[in-house]
Amino acid sequence: MANTETMTLNMGPQHPSTHGVLRLVVELDGEVIQSITPHIGYLHRGVEKLSEHRTYHQTLPLTDRLDYLAPMHNNLGYVLAVEKLLDLEVPERAQTIRVIMAELTRIMSHLVWLACHALDIGAMTVFIYCFREREEIMNIYEKISGARMTTNYFRIGGLSKDVYEGFEADVRKIIDTFPGFFDQYEGLLTKNTIWLNRTIGNGVISAEDAIDYGITGPALRGSGVDWDLRRDNPYSGYEKYSFKVPVGEKCDTFDRYKVRLIEMREAVKILRQALDSLKPGPILADDPQVCYPPKEAVYNTIEGLIHHFKIASEGFPAPEGEIYLGVENPKGELGYYIVSDGGTKPYRMKIRSPSFVNLQSMEKMCKGAMIADLIAVIGTLDIVLGEIDR
Amino acid sequence: MSNATLDIILLLAKIALVFFVILTMAAYLVLAERRILAWIQDRKGPNRVGPQGLLQPLADVIKMLTKEDVRPAGADKWLFYLAPAMAAIPAILTFAVIPFGAPVILFGRELPLVISDLNVGLLFFMALSSIAVYGVAIGGWASNSKYALLGSIRGLAQLISYELSMGLSLVPAVMLSRSFRLSDIVNAQAHVPFIVYQPLAFIIFLISIAAECKRIPFDLPEAEGELVAGFHTEYSGMRFGLFFVGEYINVIVLGGLAASFFLGGWHGPWLPAPVWFIVKVLAFAVFFIWMRGTLPRLRYDQLMHFGWKVLTPLALINILVTGWWLMLR
Repeated sequence: MANTETMTLNMGPQHPSTHGVLRLVVELDGEVIQSITPHIGYLHRGVEKLSEHRTYHQTLPLTDRLDYLAPMHNNLGYVLAVEKLLDLEVPERAQTIRVIMAELTRIMSHLVWLACHALDIGAMTVFIYCFREREEIMNIYEKISGARMTTNYFRIGGLSKDVYEGFEADVRKIIDTFPGFFDQYEGLLTKNTIWLNRTIGNGVISAEDAIDYGITGPALRGSGVDWDLRRDNPYSGYEKYSFKVPVGEKCDTFDRYKVRLIEMREAVKILRQALDSLKPGPILADDPQVCYPPKEAVYNTIEGLIHHFKIASEGFPAPEGEIYLGVENPKGELGYYIVSDGGTKPYRMKIRSPSFVNLQSMEKMCKGAMIADLIAVIGTLDIVLGEIDR
Repeated sequence: MSNATLDIILLLAKIALVFFVILTMAAYLVLAERRILAWIQDRKGPNRVGPQGLLQPLADVIKMLTKEDVRPAGADKWLFYLAPAMAAIPAILTFAVIPFGAPVILFGRELPLVISDLNVGLLFFMALSSIAVYGVAIGGWASNSKYALLGSIRGLAQLISYELSMGLSLVPAVMLSRSFRLSDIVNAQAHVPFIVYQPLAFIIFLISIAAECKRIPFDLPEAEGELVAGFHTEYSGMRFGLFFVGEYINVIVLGGLAASFFLGGWHGPWLPAPVWFIVKVLAFAVFFIWMRGTLPRLRYDQLMHFGWKVLTPLALINILVTGWWLMLR
């Protein structure tokens, strides 16, 4: 009997497929995985601590940098949590535009997921195709907020500014063209035997285990749990739109892939409904205590300037209390837990980031599988290190 | 000038010509791959150096020659330096037995357009392709890196199992032409190429050579997403370049072999023989590039299953059927 030893392989933080700076210490027997220990923290910026020293408005740009592939969603979760704390009513137009941007962001985030997932498994063309389409959405971002990734577009109480002229046409173009692109990806992957071989039966996690691990988002729905915050705990007017929540059956990578692809198609449906229901109106809540004055007032009147200065420098006091609000981020439930002591800054803010929670199921999914399976699992979990490390 | 001197001069000229053509083709195949992939993927590809990027291969070579040649600490010095050559040389040597045109009359003597028309040409090729594995294995082992080691183990396993189906898929060609000599095999296809009689053997051979030259979906030894760069992770500069160019030479050589075994080699109407040969080789190269633009990568165990459980039995059955067919004919 030969004497065998396991090999410890240090994967990352620099590795083509660890999606940023994830470091995995993998115990290998040949190519078979015995155990995985994720090491995180290479991208830690202390967002939660920083927010304790910033007014509620000033924390907003930090949230862009959590899941930098879905910036609008992070903004959305944060502003919704603060608005709930303040009990602030947001105008309908602002809510609808928020939904449009959130669903565009969902498509964008899923495109990057599909691109990287496919590239990790070796399908290079899908990668380039997805980034080609992502460009369209980034262009809308740029026109609407001035930035392509760290958008910082939403404001507590509404939006920083109204949409640009031609916004509707741009979104309509996406609604019309994107389903065809999704068909292209499916043509390259769903009907490809190699892709099926690589994804079916890979990274299986049962519904009970998924719930026990606290997995949320498409990874949870891929395991057959029918749970989507947009439908089950609606926010920002999601209850007005009709959309399907796809669920998987076999709990494997292929089901999670299908769930995300259907989600992209459903997002297009939501976009169409939201755009049809978009009516003119105010885009910021009428609460001078909280919201910035319009720019014309700031530049042209002394009262407006004083108002702006007061909110920018001092901020606004939030009522004492604590609040938790979760939104359905493309990656799972993104929750903001804010404790207020009545001051203008949060006493404590805790971010429940979906990637962080989903990551812990990796060992469960990979034990006994091979290195190539681990790569597929990293892809299917759709982690973003900016969010894991915060 | 004596006859012997002229013979030697002609032979050397032929070798130099073949050497030059293969290396140039390999360099431009890299460019072609990048341009065709870019075209498949809706982007531009390298088009800055020279007209349409035609000088890009030169720029790449200059870059690789001037880069620092890094040897990782703890690497086995001699083996580390030797491995790239072991990967590239067998690929070039294989071309010695491939006929690329009908014999021409030069200086009043018949000159075969093949460097060495061995009577065991096919076996020579099989032997060399086995030796090429050592480049991968030794390179990965000598690097003193775990990624490289895993890559070289994968390379060994893959090449050994696909060599078998490759060899078996060539047996029908030998049975039909009754010779191991490549020029005989090509001449046996003067009227009908073997692909007509042996479509299955052709497909098996095609899949096997895709695995042999480590192209997607069989690029496991260097699977970028998994093993960083596999067996050549630690190589830099021209040593990496040798591995890289060796792979493209391999594509050309294996394309040439596939053309010779199944597509009638240099035989073809209207065009001169060497042109036909090059067209057929390039067709295989484009096919491989196209495959890379379309397919994902297999998993290690799936690859082995496919080789041992599908290709090898099919090739064996094909030999049996061919035997019966030849007997009854």
